[in-house]
Amino acid sequence: MKLTKTLMATTALTVAAGMVSADGHMASEMTIVSWGGAYSASQKNAYHDPYSEMTGVTIINDDSSAEAVAKLRAMNEAGNVTWDVVDVVAADAIRLCDEGLAMEIDADTQLAAAPDGTPASEDFGDLLVSDCFIPQIVYSTTFGYRTDLVGDTPPTSVCAVFDTEAYPGKRSLEKRPINNMEWALICDGVAKDDVYDVLETDEGQQQALDKLATIKDDVIWWSAGADTPQLLADGEVVMGSTYNGRLFSVIEEQNQPVAMLWDAQVFDLDGWIIPTGLSPERQARALDYIMFATDTQRLADQAKWISYGPARASSAPLVGQHAELGIDMAPHMPTDPENAKNTFLYNYEFWADYRDDIDAKFQAWLAQ
Amino acid sequence: MADTAANGPVLAADGSPLKRSLGRALRRQKLRALALVAPLLIFVLITFIFPIASMLFRSVQNDIVSNTLPYTVQALANWDASTGDLPPEQVFEAMYFDMFLAAEAKRHTRLGTRLNYEQTGVSSLFRQSGRKLDDLGKDIEKPMNRLNAAWKDGETWYSIFDAGTDSADTQLLQVQRNRVAALTDGPASGDVNFAPSAAMAQALPTATRAYTAWAVYTATQDGKDPATTDPWEALPVALVHDLKTADLSGLNGPAVDLLTELQAANIEMPTFAGFFADMDEDWATATPWQTIQTHSGIYTSGYFLNAVDAQKTPEGIAWQPEDKQILLTLFVRTLIMSLAITGSCILLGYPIAWLLANLPMRQANVLLILVLLPFWTSLLVRTSAWKVMLQQQGVINDVLVWIGLVDDAERLIMINNQFGTIVAMTHILLPFMILPMYSVMQTIPPSYLRAAKSLGATNWTAFWRVYFPQSVPGIGAGSILVFILAIGYYITPEIVGGTKGVFISNRIAYHISSSLNWGLAAALGSILLAAVLILYWAYDRIVGIDNVKLG
Repeated sequence: MKLTKTLMATTALTVAAGMVSADGHMASEMTIVSWGGAYSASQKNAYHDPYSEMTGVTIINDDSSAEAVAKLRAMNEAGNVTWDVVDVVAADAIRLCDEGLAMEIDADTQLAAAPDGTPASEDFGDLLVSDCFIPQIVYSTTFGYRTDLVGDTPPTSVCAVFDTEAYPGKRSLEKRPINNMEWALICDGVAKDDVYDVLETDEGQQQALDKLATIKDDVIWWSAGADTPQLLADGEVVMGSTYNGRLFSVIEEQNQPVAMLWDAQVFDLDGWIIPTGLSPERQARALDYIMFATDTQRLADQAKWISYGPARASSAPLVGQHAELGIDMAPHMPTDPENAKNTFLYNYEFWADYRDDIDAKFQAWLAQ
Repeated sequence: MADTAANGPVLAADGSPLKRSLGRALRRQKLRALALVAPLLIFVLITFIFPIASMLFRSVQNDIVSNTLPYTVQALANWDASTGDLPPEQVFEAMYFDMFLAAEAKRHTRLGTRLNYEQTGVSSLFRQSGRKLDDLGKDIEKPMNRLNAAWKDGETWYSIFDAGTDSADTQLLQVQRNRVAALTDGPASGDVNFAPSAAMAQALPTATRAYTAWAVYTATQDGKDPATTDPWEALPVALVHDLKTADLSGLNGPAVDLLTELQAANIEMPTFAGFFADMDEDWATATPWQTIQTHSGIYTSGYFLNAVDAQKTPEGIAWQPEDKQILLTLFVRTLIMSLAITGSCILLGYPIAWLLANLPMRQANVLLILVLLPFWTSLLVRTSAWKVMLQQQGVINDVLVWIGLVDDAERLIMINNQFGTIVAMTHILLPFMILPMYSVMQTIPPSYLRAAKSLGATNWTAFWRVYFPQSVPGIGAGSILVFILAIGYYITPEIVGGTKGVFISNRIAYHISSSLNWGLAAALGSILLAAVLILYWAYDRIVGIDNVKLG
């Protein structure tokens, strides 16, 4: 009995102390969560610094986006959300929204309109894939290959990955079913529009795994975004999948003999969510930041620092040159018409449903 | 002595019985000792025992289903899932109102996520249906408002359902308070400025219940006064539904005319089953209902079953389809590979520990620093270094090719498999083996070996019969440390394990941070904890835990 009381008193004290400090820093500080590395740097340059200058708010970066969903859930259960704005991929935003961990945003009233007056909901268009999600960039998962290891006929199709005769050597693929299953089906003769209908069935899933089985011995499975660039740079693999921004830095910044394959690359989105459970004051601050950081000019500015496409249609014409390399960024954007000739659209609803089921099958298949 | 015994109990100096006085002194001592350890004890309880216990509790916790869909679960209780028929209309009706409230509280998607672990597809079914629930209400509102504009007004609704000066159904109010509290994980107390009329609860049960739930939610969650707020779309549905069969003759008051008028208008309305089938054809199959019914208990064995590649089905417990069975394989693999790692740590660590214990102090210290050095390097760096060493274009392969032992086209595959995991983890865990061995060996007097040899033992006999038995407690302590650390290792297998070298902890990490299936992660963790405790117990029975020494 006594122990319980002491326990409760101590807990109450800790919570109270936490709340006091939380309220104290609110006025002038906010914590923004992102992916770290070059990506966070591009956000700092394009969004954080101008915003701090304008409002005097100090922005604290936290590189926790990879575990954002789990951490936000834990914070929410503990009743102490310490993050103000969180950068997540669209699939995670959908899950956070489902769990009631992210607040719903009304695009037209809470986001800035385009300079010509187009409301935000039209400017973002289809990219508003969840009620809680504010898109920021379009990225794609695509293949890079070693120019010195592919002979005279560099690959032009994603199916080169499955062609071990023409392109012998190891390939790196992500250690999860998403994207790999789609590519396998496309290269097994399934039409792009039918991929998800086929993948809904047990036979379709087996078909995809069977196709992947043809190269299973030649695959190195990666789990961190930096793996494929390292494997390519070391010559450990002849081709491998990763995010186009990572390949850009391997090719343009590190001058490795690597080239990018723009075929059936999977379009995906990354953007902001605002957690639920913030005090009204912090929520207002977060909304104010979002309004600023996702306007047309700011989104275009980010492309100066990293090769991901701005999510607003109105930002595309404003994309300029890389801030340090001085090269035109538009041709490196996944949204560039030349690159986006044959893209593949990621189906969020499908993977929200089938992710766990197919992942279990995929992992079981890997372990065989 | 003799006369004190005759005069009663022994007394202390202050005159109280010695026994009591002694007891008091002892109790004070105990309390003081407890007070001294209290900070640590409380710290451990709060930061360690309590979080672990509450995390493990999730492996059986399942109240989300009955909290979100209380009336549906009740209505489903009598439905026989095994026939494959659809549940009766009452179930659809209960589901409509349960889901409406849940959707307003944004909890229906959370439940969808939970049930999607058991039945793929439920997640989007709940998410998409949640958006369409309003449609039915909107279709009914229009003719109602045309009939009498008073229905647009929140006050009309309030005057119908509020008890005012008549007798109130306080039990209904309390039940709805509890329901909202359970649904939102928060208190639903405080003044709601509403009490359901007992007469209305009698005549229009569904509508009164729905209105009460709405009033409680509006007052306690949205902080609005139900008397002046317009009700949400489920209420016209409930009212029109009730009026199809209601008997209004016993009612009196100003509202009766409105209700009679509405009843006479007989507004058309689809069945709830029809409406659900319209929202999504999956509702017209037995599958989602079977899933809800099977997993409706407050506690579930489902997560533990999933953790051993089984599942709960309407027909009872069954194995997962063969192409989804992975977890048992991983458990077995984790145990075997942890044993292999422990074994290789013993083989590599024993000579080093022996050397450390037998070298002169100065050299031994230098060697000890070399053993400890890896501790000062980040785990990730050490693991990544192994990648550089072992990969096909890596240092070891390059050397082997250079000296001609291996052909350039057939470089060895030493990473992204079990071999890589065992090598990297042996390296990382080696100090945990060496240190306890070293401290035990230090206590073995070298004279014993000399004595054995002087009595005619060969080097081997002296070692095997005299030295080795005395060093066993060190091996035991090191093995337990290494094995228990290895069994829960996560980051190294993830980086160098490839497909065949990953552990069960990698799946736990996946379910904690990616799939958010914390129940399954907790079940896997509990099983792992139990496995370690059983092995520890077995070790105690076979070797004896007194035989373990850290120095």
